[in-house]
Amino acid sequence: MFPYCTDPSTLEGLTWLSCYLTTTKHMMLFYSLGTVLLLLAITAPVALSFGFAGAMAAKSHIAPLSWVGKLYIAIVRGVPDIAFFLFFVIALDQGFEWLRHQIKCPDWDQPIRQGNDFVVCAAAKLPLNDAPQWVHEVYGFSLAVLTFSIVFGAFAANVLYGAMRAVPHAQMETAYAYGMTRRQAFWRVLVPQMWVYALPGLSNLWMVLIKATPLLFLLGVEDIVYWARELGASKTPRYTDYPHPDWRLWYFLGLLVFYLSFTRVSEIVLERIMRRLSHGQATAAGEAMRRAEA
Amino acid sequence: MSCLQIIQDYGLRSLGIGERLLPKTDFTLCHQFTLIGSGMLWNIYFGIVALIAGFFLATALAMGKNATNPVIRKPAEWFIFVFRGSPLFIQFFFGYFLFLSLKKLVPAFAPFTDAWIGALVVLFFNTAAYSGEIFYGALRTVPKGESEAADAYGFSGWKKFRRITWPTTLRLAWPAYTNEAIFLFHATTLVFFSGFPAWRQQGDALYYASYFAEKTFNPFIPYPILAGYFILLTLIVITVFGLINKRLNRHLPQEYRRKIRLRPRLIR
Repeated sequence: MFPYCTDPSTLEGLTWLSCYLTTTKHMMLFYSLGTVLLLLAITAPVALSFGFAGAMAAKSHIAPLSWVGKLYIAIVRGVPDIAFFLFFVIALDQGFEWLRHQIKCPDWDQPIRQGNDFVVCAAAKLPLNDAPQWVHEVYGFSLAVLTFSIVFGAFAANVLYGAMRAVPHAQMETAYAYGMTRRQAFWRVLVPQMWVYALPGLSNLWMVLIKATPLLFLLGVEDIVYWARELGASKTPRYTDYPHPDWRLWYFLGLLVFYLSFTRVSEIVLERIMRRLSHGQATAAGEAMRRAEA
Repeated sequence: MSCLQIIQDYGLRSLGIGERLLPKTDFTLCHQFTLIGSGMLWNIYFGIVALIAGFFLATALAMGKNATNPVIRKPAEWFIFVFRGSPLFIQFFFGYFLFLSLKKLVPAFAPFTDAWIGALVVLFFNTAAYSGEIFYGALRTVPKGESEAADAYGFSGWKKFRRITWPTTLRLAWPAYTNEAIFLFHATTLVFFSGFPAWRQQGDALYYASYFAEKTFNPFIPYPILAGYFILLTLIVITVFGLINKRLNRHLPQEYRRKIRLRPRLIR
């Protein structure tokens, strides 16, 4: 990285460290921090929309739709989430391949499950066997994002469902009394007001989502946990210019500090948002703020 | 091979009793039920031991965080912050490599690199921090009147804490603590995916479930079995904690009793 890094064996102390921390492999580690942020940036809105759809379904007056929504909320709780992560990655992959198989190879006559194998025709493989490496990586990452969104969508649905029920019922009755239809009252009265009730739950969910990101490792994505293990393992002079003993302890300490500061910063930001949203609301927090100002 | 035979061979496989090798081919439903159930023993062991040990540390942490003396308060606050603010997954990795390094300095730490005690220590600290925060919250909401009444009757110091404050704290914290307990059992599934090696393939329920999913390439059988076992475990935990809750609330009039609502708190 730096010009003085050409011969690492002559370096000492901080200069050695500065060269060590900027090797190509370490760049991959920093790049994977970006992957975590990207995952959060995509998953949060997608999971929120899954959650909104789930909550709407659960609140629906059409019985089957309401069952589907409630089942979606209930099923992800009560069972360890890691099991879902491991399950969905394979299940989604096989599901997509099966769908493509049905469309692309309609005249395939062999069974898809042959003993312990899952066989689809070559054209239905995802990604295709001759696809470049980056397509494989993007596909793996998208599966991970989808899995996270499904699991966290259920958690968000639960929070939003609770928030919808927390909006004072008199508000809805007033809306009906003014002649609004069910749909109008939902979008114009319920939805704008539910966010302040949902925010504590959603911010808790955000913290949980941050803390779930290292599970990407289990989904086969080369994330920070992967690189911390890889880079921290002891290196002999034969294979690298920067030999060192087993440093995995320090790498994981670094990750621990990274996550601690990340959650702390989020906590502070969310507290500010909550203050802003509570302003002028008919809740205990809003009332306290009104009193403090008066 | 009959199912009874399989249960005899693999029922205690996770503890190293019975057949030495895992089945390689011809996986029947019975195999999957038996081995995953056998793995549940680990989840139950980790959950129960960490929960019981963590309960006492949690009480100490809650009192520490509530103390006025900063020498006691600050360490408790930091302990809770570190364990609640970082992912359990990273804590497991960090713990494992910490014990690995300690082993080189002090040979007495050698057993800690095994899951049965090393992971247990991490889980113990983790659940103590989460429950400590719950107990702390409850400690702060103990009604002022009860404390004043205790003063009026001449209670003070340890006796006041033991007889008045602590029972009320527990009563207030119990619904949230139930969720923490359910959730701790779920968290035990992470152990064998996070550095701690499964010695001779003696793993927990999720370890075997993922083994089957990998071998048969069919996730639709082992994971629902695992889910079934965990729902059963969750129901048992709710029942046991419900009974304790009933006992804690036995002196209250019916309408004041706090019901336990099932709201497990996701991932840590």
